[in-house]
Amino acid sequence: MTEKAYAAGIQSGRLPQTDYAANFTDLHPALDAHEAAVAADRCYFCHDAPCMTACPSDIDVPLFIRQIATGTPEAAAKTIFEQNILGGMCARVCPTETLCEEVCVREVAEGKPVEIGRLQRYATDTLMARGVHPFTRAKATGKRVAVVGAGPAGLSCAHRLAMKGHDVVTYDARPKPGGLNEYGIASYKAPEGFAQAEVDWLMKVGGITVENGKALGRDITLDGLKGDFDAVFLGLGLGGVNALSLEGEDKDGIADAVDFIADLRQASDLSALPIGRDVVVIGGGMTAVDAAVQAKLLGALNVTLVYRRGRDRMNASVFEQDLAASKGVRIVTHAVPVAVKGNGAVREVVFDYVDEAMQPTGAQLTLPADQVFRAIGQTLVGDGLPDLEGRKIAVTGAGRTSIAGVWAGGDCAAGGDDLTVTAVAEGRDAAEDIHTALSR
Amino acid sequence: MANLASDFVGIKSPNPFWLASAPPSDKEYNVRRAFEAGWGGVVWKTLGEEGPPVVNVNGPRYGAIFGADRRLLGLNNIELITDRPLQQNLREIKAVKRDYPDRAVVVSLMVPCEEHAWKAILPVVEETGADGIELNFGCPHGMSERGMGAAVGQVPEYIEMVTRWCKQNTRMPVIVKLTPNITDIRQPALAAQNGGADAVSLINTINSITSVNLDLFAPEPTIDGKGAHGGYCGPAVKPIALNMVAEIARNPETAALPISGIGGVTTWRDAAEFMALGAGNVQVCTAAMTYGFKVVQEMISGLSQWMDEKGLDSTSQITRRAVPNCSDWQHLNLNYIAKAKISQDDCIKCGRCYAACEDTSHQAIAMSEDRTFTVKDEECVACNLCVNVCPVEGCITMEPMAAGTTDPRTGKPVEPEYANWTTHPNNPGRVDAAE
Repeated sequence: MTEKAYAAGIQSGRLPQTDYAANFTDLHPALDAHEAAVAADRCYFCHDAPCMTACPSDIDVPLFIRQIATGTPEAAAKTIFEQNILGGMCARVCPTETLCEEVCVREVAEGKPVEIGRLQRYATDTLMARGVHPFTRAKATGKRVAVVGAGPAGLSCAHRLAMKGHDVVTYDARPKPGGLNEYGIASYKAPEGFAQAEVDWLMKVGGITVENGKALGRDITLDGLKGDFDAVFLGLGLGGVNALSLEGEDKDGIADAVDFIADLRQASDLSALPIGRDVVVIGGGMTAVDAAVQAKLLGALNVTLVYRRGRDRMNASVFEQDLAASKGVRIVTHAVPVAVKGNGAVREVVFDYVDEAMQPTGAQLTLPADQVFRAIGQTLVGDGLPDLEGRKIAVTGAGRTSIAGVWAGGDCAAGGDDLTVTAVAEGRDAAEDIHTALSR
Repeated sequence: MANLASDFVGIKSPNPFWLASAPPSDKEYNVRRAFEAGWGGVVWKTLGEEGPPVVNVNGPRYGAIFGADRRLLGLNNIELITDRPLQQNLREIKAVKRDYPDRAVVVSLMVPCEEHAWKAILPVVEETGADGIELNFGCPHGMSERGMGAAVGQVPEYIEMVTRWCKQNTRMPVIVKLTPNITDIRQPALAAQNGGADAVSLINTINSITSVNLDLFAPEPTIDGKGAHGGYCGPAVKPIALNMVAEIARNPETAALPISGIGGVTTWRDAAEFMALGAGNVQVCTAAMTYGFKVVQEMISGLSQWMDEKGLDSTSQITRRAVPNCSDWQHLNLNYIAKAKISQDDCIKCGRCYAACEDTSHQAIAMSEDRTFTVKDEECVACNLCVNVCPVEGCITMEPMAAGTTDPRTGKPVEPEYANWTTHPNNPGRVDAAE
């Protein structure tokens, strides 16, 4: 307990120094060799396994688990990386409880799935710890591809293209590569600088140049890239954040959850990161949960996550909701913000309780708030992009856009879940398609 | 609670669970602990002749193979007979027997194949008050290189000769422990019987190399870069041991020869199975070496509960209960027709039955788009592979077809009569039934 524990306003150092490291340690600790052997042994090596089908990147799960069970986690890692070069991060951030582990026959039969995510991490960590890269480049093709965005989709695409012998230049608006892996996920999911270590390891394949601080529309243009390269892949993610559209939204203390998460990820000293005493997070997705949980872990006294619909409609998985609850986050559903009050800085937020049809019920909720995080979705920003479908780039097949020679994947492209693993799969598949096109 | 009291060739013990001759019964300290834990008897680790004791290696003497979660399934050893002085062992045997008169104390012996050597040791063992002796004709490593152990057990004439020497020179019951490292276990059993043995005990350990160290390219366990074969025991050897026990029990010439069953007995159920196939009692080693002496308490409670459920009030009622049903292939009913049946309620849709049947058997399981697995009766030969690979016990069953119904695989009716290979039309050596 520190003297700041109950202090109002946005303050740093709410917790004793030692609590920060404990709070932000690995959410799922790594398996040791014996634990991995025991966990692997539970796999039934199913025929045409449901977990493989459920994996957006089509990892051969039974095979890699059997490779772990027989004492060759390095071979297991290669099985994983062949499909998903960011298998290390996916092992940490995938909502396995709604993907592979949800359909594991042992989950269906016993309510206790094979721990696929943790086993994947065991395998990928083992290989990456060796500091070697398992793939080599094909003979140089002389073709050059521009990849816009060094997030999961862009990195996956760049790596596959580099493997095929193409030269890749990756542009990213941020100071570091990694995209949401580096800036957008909760700290406790990938502690100890894993995101950058993974990028460094990935780059060992060779043939990839990363140019950071280069934003599309500001420093580079699609037309320019089309002229300079043989193909372009757009994996720029969603740069904009949806607003609440409330009067008073510009008051001090109101911020985007993605910025809070990014700041937290980049902070070298968490005790120096200020957090409110009464924090309100508005939204129901993974970003909302990541922000709410981390606010609590930073020492916020009261954290309330408010979502406009029921829990069943939340994009955050049940596991994430339970995680939030276990950390002391209060989840309020069926409530829509209608007013932000405060003199200069936010003091409280007023919500209407709504019914299933989103109509006000007449009941209201007023939450004290010295800090409010918006987490109601992100939007694609950019001019001169290919045709859109809805608010994202329209694609056909393996990420082909309306512009010849331009592919897209990841969150900026229409279709698919906004998951790291989906972005990786889309980047990989686009790279294969680009390679086919360039090989003609 | 059923009475587990056992009388094996006149040797009485409160239950039929004896510790086999092995490291757990090498000395007074262990044996007292075993008796305190509840073991009905022990066969004291093999004594050799008077003189400087044998020596053991000073590197690893055990190797193991494992199942899931490092569950020990098989154990291999290269330990020799007791390496403690004969007189010390004799003193301890005497003290233990004095303090535990209700427990069976049998002494395992192995001396050179010369009558004077046996004549010398028998009286000193008898003097301890021990209940009987067991002749170690089984150890397959080390001692066999010196003409003892399995080197004797592999020559029926030697078995008979040494057994006879012992019977002529002691009043104690003589149990002959057999090696499984032979082709036909009935021959050494018969030899023991001909020599006057009161019983046989089997199996001793099986020649084995546990594994090969792929860095050293040497067998394991490895002593300074080299390995030697050892003797294999534990749960993995039980099926081999059961068959050998049954072979002796089924053989009309040895059907009356008492058997002490050994080989991977780990639970009460294993013990009941050995006894049902002809054993009068069982001996246990690996289970104790893996889990400690306390395992006997599960064996006692489990066997007792099962006997109560079966209405059996004496362990002698278990012995040989399954022997009449232990037959030869040629006498199995070829008119018995079963089909696999998959319980959709129990199926967890892993597809292992499908992969096994489709890839390696009779293509008799269908898989639908939604992963529903069903048996194609027109292809199923009831081989049981699907049952064996299914991870859910009881999910797949073998359902016999009623007489008179049509087997969709052959299109022929299921015959009500028993008919075996000896009368089958395809058998060139068939014997036609009398008109």
